[in-house]
Amino acid sequence: MRQSIVQWFRFASPQSFYPLAGRMIPWFWAAAIVFGIAGLWISFFVAPTDAQQGEGYRIIFVHVPASWMSMFIYLVMAFWAGLGLALNTRVSAMMAQALAPTGALMATLSLVTGSLWGKPMWGAWWVWDARLTSELILLFLFLGFMALQAAIDDPRRADKAGAILALVGVVNIPIIYFSVKWWNTLHQGSTINLNKAPSMAQTMLWGMLLMALAFWMYSIAVALMRVRAIILERERNTEWVKHALE
Amino acid sequence: MKPRQKRIALIVGGLASLAVAAGLALNALDSNIALYVTPTEVVAGKIPQDKAFRIGGLVKEGSIKRDNMTVYFVITDTAKEIPVSYTGILPDLFRDGKGAVVQGRLEGNGVFAATEVLAKHDENYMPPEAQHAIDQAQKTPAPVVTQ
Repeated sequence: MRQSIVQWFRFASPQSFYPLAGRMIPWFWAAAIVFGIAGLWISFFVAPTDAQQGEGYRIIFVHVPASWMSMFIYLVMAFWAGLGLALNTRVSAMMAQALAPTGALMATLSLVTGSLWGKPMWGAWWVWDARLTSELILLFLFLGFMALQAAIDDPRRADKAGAILALVGVVNIPIIYFSVKWWNTLHQGSTINLNKAPSMAQTMLWGMLLMALAFWMYSIAVALMRVRAIILERERNTEWVKHALE
Repeated sequence: MKPRQKRIALIVGGLASLAVAAGLALNALDSNIALYVTPTEVVAGKIPQDKAFRIGGLVKEGSIKRDNMTVYFVITDTAKEIPVSYTGILPDLFRDGKGAVVQGRLEGNGVFAATEVLAKHDENYMPPEAQHAIDQAQKTPAPVVTQ
């Protein structure tokens, strides 16, 4: 037991995490490209036209993976921030900080593609229904987290303040997810559910899942690159960084 | 307790109380969060007075009538119906028997004068052939089994 804890915490030190992250990045990039090409190919050429929405529905292959990612990245970010707050592990807080911009990007992508999809299908760029509004709040949470961290000079205090904001914001995630169930919304219910078969043609589903995987791999690769930069910046006065950059 | 355990307990306790607070707030806001009311709620009088509001439901099949630029149709939740008039461009997915959300005011004559009509589509995605097969299956009555 004692042994395993020691092993685990080894990567909580920036010095050993930095090279590990560096070795993983190319693999995640490669996977992102492979899944992305396969996903786009299915999305554009294999998946059939939709009976109701025609070709316009194909924006789903970006919209849904981006929305999933925005919610999932927030949970992961809050997890790392909370871990850093509770255990004072240094890399945890850096991971949270590294994930925020990608989360904000995904939330923006979800809102923009949703808007582009909403105009032709619903007849409106935007409505203040529960799903759209809570996703907008998610974007503001990401931006707020980044702004709060940037506003405090002392990194340890910045991490603490950011962690509290991130943890409070977790409340919003189930609201986004269940909004279409709990309230009357213009946004339709979920196509993919845990307790029943997805209500979409098989090839469409494959395209969406491959695109989601591509978004995952991209997000991990970018977050790892960003965390390496953060590690270097924060540890710039240590001996190992001086050696690493020689 | 060690300081670390204390911090974890504080975080968990804080999150739990926050969840309860958020749940209560959302519960209290329930009717304000809903984007629209149903025709049944309109008939029951649960509508904001002298204010524009939205009604959501299905466009009653065969109820769409056009008169120049003005469209008349009936919005229903299969229990109650509200006649609607609208002048303007309808979204592509506005169709007979499909979902729609209309924004406007209830006039004195009981007709809802809409200023905006939105189409609400469902969460099912399928190729046209599959849709056609489903439509056919619904039209044909189930075969009677004779012994």
